[in-house]
Amino acid sequence: MTGASTLAWMTLLLPLASAAVITLGTLKNHRLSANLSIGAILGAFVCSLLLFLSASSGESNLTWIAIGDFNATIGVKLDRLSALMLLVVTGVGTLIHWYSQGYMEGDRSYARYFASLSLFSFSMLGIVLATNLMQMFIFWELVGVSSYLLIGFWHERPAAADACKKAFITNRLGDFGFLIGIIMVWAAAGSLNFGLLAKAMQEQPELLGASAGIIGLLLFCGAMGKSAQFPLHVWLPDAMEGPTPVSALIHAATMVAAGVFMLCRIFFLLSPDALSIIAWIGGGTALMAAVIALQQDDIKRILAYSTLSQLGYMVMAVGLHAPGAAMFHLTTHAFFKAMLFLGAGSVIHALHHEQNIWKMGGLKEKMPLTYRTFLYGTLALCGVPPLSGFFSKDGILAAAADSHHGNPVLFGIGILAAVLTTLYMGRLVLVAFHGAHRSEQASHAKESPSVMTVPLWILLVPTLVAGFFPVEHMINQTLGLHHASGHAAAPLAMAFSVLALMIGGSVAWSYYAGAGTDPLTQRFSGLSTLLCNRLWLDEIFSGMIAITHEAVSKLAGWMDQKILRGAIMGLLQHGVDILGRGLRLVQSGSIQTYAFLFVVGVALVIYIVLGGKH
Amino acid sequence: MEALLFYIFAALTLICALLVVANPFTRNPVTSAMFLVCTIISMAGLFVLLHAFFLAAVQVMVYAGAVIVLFLFVIMLLDIPSVEQRSFNLLGVGMGGLGLLAVGGMVIQTMLRSGIGQGKTPQLEGATKELGVTLFTEYVLAFEIMGVLLLVGMMGVILLSKKDLK
Amino acid sequence: MIGLEHYLIVSALLFSLGMMGVILRRNLIVIYMGLELMLNAANLALVAFSRFNNSMDGQVMVFFVITVAAAEVAVGLALIVALYRKRQSTEVEDLTSLKL
Repeated sequence: MTGASTLAWMTLLLPLASAAVITLGTLKNHRLSANLSIGAILGAFVCSLLLFLSASSGESNLTWIAIGDFNATIGVKLDRLSALMLLVVTGVGTLIHWYSQGYMEGDRSYARYFASLSLFSFSMLGIVLATNLMQMFIFWELVGVSSYLLIGFWHERPAAADACKKAFITNRLGDFGFLIGIIMVWAAAGSLNFGLLAKAMQEQPELLGASAGIIGLLLFCGAMGKSAQFPLHVWLPDAMEGPTPVSALIHAATMVAAGVFMLCRIFFLLSPDALSIIAWIGGGTALMAAVIALQQDDIKRILAYSTLSQLGYMVMAVGLHAPGAAMFHLTTHAFFKAMLFLGAGSVIHALHHEQNIWKMGGLKEKMPLTYRTFLYGTLALCGVPPLSGFFSKDGILAAAADSHHGNPVLFGIGILAAVLTTLYMGRLVLVAFHGAHRSEQASHAKESPSVMTVPLWILLVPTLVAGFFPVEHMINQTLGLHHASGHAAAPLAMAFSVLALMIGGSVAWSYYAGAGTDPLTQRFSGLSTLLCNRLWLDEIFSGMIAITHEAVSKLAGWMDQKILRGAIMGLLQHGVDILGRGLRLVQSGSIQTYAFLFVVGVALVIYIVLGGKH
Repeated sequence: MEALLFYIFAALTLICALLVVANPFTRNPVTSAMFLVCTIISMAGLFVLLHAFFLAAVQVMVYAGAVIVLFLFVIMLLDIPSVEQRSFNLLGVGMGGLGLLAVGGMVIQTMLRSGIGQGKTPQLEGATKELGVTLFTEYVLAFEIMGVLLLVGMMGVILLSKKDLK
Repeated sequence: MIGLEHYLIVSALLFSLGMMGVILRRNLIVIYMGLELMLNAANLALVAFSRFNNSMDGQVMVFFVITVAAAEVAVGLALIVALYRKRQSTEVEDLTSLKL
């Protein structure tokens, strides 16, 4: 156990060391910073690989704070779930680090970029290796900070500054619910350690009592924020203001998956009521994002909404009592989505930062390597057999169609979202890569340097083959779910998903092959405006915030004026006035007043001396 | 019988005293003086009930007969134009009543609490002869000083009433 | 039975009435009458005590009080007359020179 735990600690601490060294020492030396960061994540990857292959499990804890009954520990927890996630995070992370060398070449804050990337890796690995909810929450917040630093990397641009603020604040809202949920769990169960909680829940299923549903939903709030479920999804599209490798790493493969990972970790704490609500939110997000993606013109935005949609699928799977399917999809999605983002980055780099797909076109000939990998990524995303995406998406749809825990409406939503996925991804590929060159830059594009295309090739491998690994089964076993849902309905789901694929593909081909402008915009202009403006959710939210802000400030102003100024100061003012007037009588010159006061005094003296004693 | 008489005289005293100070009908000082006479005479009655016969007589002769007559002389002398009837001032009356109750109540309560009257029976027979004996034996110095006081008072009055002092 | 308390209550009330007269009336003469009432109240209390405590001293004191009151009224009224000649008024509001 000690060998494995040492490896686990190293995995966690190498990126931290790299971040610290870069920040404190080598900010001026670009080459060295990059090498340090890549070396650290590569080392972490090697350790993760060893841990995965050795199939070790257990945990190792260090006590950080001990106050009476309360013990806060930092530790590393090894089981199949965390080992798998480690591989995904460090694997994709290493490739992204490598890719960033080429993409960020020439940037002034090169070293700061790598320091932030290393910090992010450390935080993410902390979440994966967390042994208890408190540690997970601390690293959760750290991931939020790293994301803030990375999204707002080009902070001189106002759009980027706003986006990183938005991301952090939206995350914070989710984290608020998460924290309350954690506190309620601690109050009910007395411990935050995952292993202890799982055991306690097994022995005593009613441990969380009547508020089990609420606790589940509050914990889900954290996932809502991190994994961008409705209504906290608004930060993800704006987060595309960050550099493309950042989008690939954080907003495709790892950070947004943290929410799903967390849900799988605490799966035993979620009551059936909470799970059904989670499933609906996931399904709703999947459909909504797919619909909005249909009318987006920025290549990164389309991919962002696609990520949102796939995250919705994953969350829906958790809600349908199939966390294994969720983790499977998470793994495959990490690979092909990262590849898609890196491909998009390659395109953007080649076209000198042009991101509108209607200004691209005909890149098939100019950038063949990028095109091929992008195409395979798209096919995986759409669920074409035998690519990995097919198997993982099928797992989720099968869970929805399952007779025990499934829900036919959610199955229908899943299929519909699959149709739309094929439609918008087909639109993207056909418009950006096929057809004629739509702009000056498109005609001058050339293939990106190998430092950028090699990671694409490397990611292609798992995209193609990851579907054949029994990930789902492994995860379900780890989580103790021996009767995983979905096996019976798998053939039905497969049939429907292939059908969806064909429908979406044919519609996309008929509309977009060789199109000069978007035909959907012309035919459904009203609906198109709605979708183009992302259902105006951002505007609604900012309006709500403005109204609340006004109301609260009006209330505060009223209180200040009427209560503080009016009552308290009035009290002082009039009180002193009355006191003064009263005291003035002592020197009024009127004999009668003097006589009166005299008598009052004498009477009081008499009363006190003679009368009060008895 | 004695109790009835006490209550009658006590009521008379208090009512007339009230009318001296707070007459709701007129502010004329002469009316106040008249009611003061009534008060004095009722008090003489109370003195008689207390078997202080000489003092009752002295009260009527000196107070009602001399002091109030002096008051009336001065009122007539000053020829004060009668003040017009002021409207019923609730605040003033209220405050007055309150003050009366407060002070009177305090004194009464003190007195009752101290249990002064416990187990006392009226004993003294205020015969004039005994009063005279006590006055001229134990208090003869004070008696003489009274005489001097009256002399000084007379001189002071004469001095003060002169129109201009030469 | 009429006990000491009864007389003392009458005396206290009379005293309060007199005091109210002193404080609330504006005419100097009436204020003076209030003073007389107060003195009378004291007299009543003294006589009552003398009777119930079986001592002649109370009555002797009342004798003296009546004498002094008479002298005081004489002097006081003379003062009022002199004041009236000076200020042409017997309202107490006009006599406010004792202000500091």
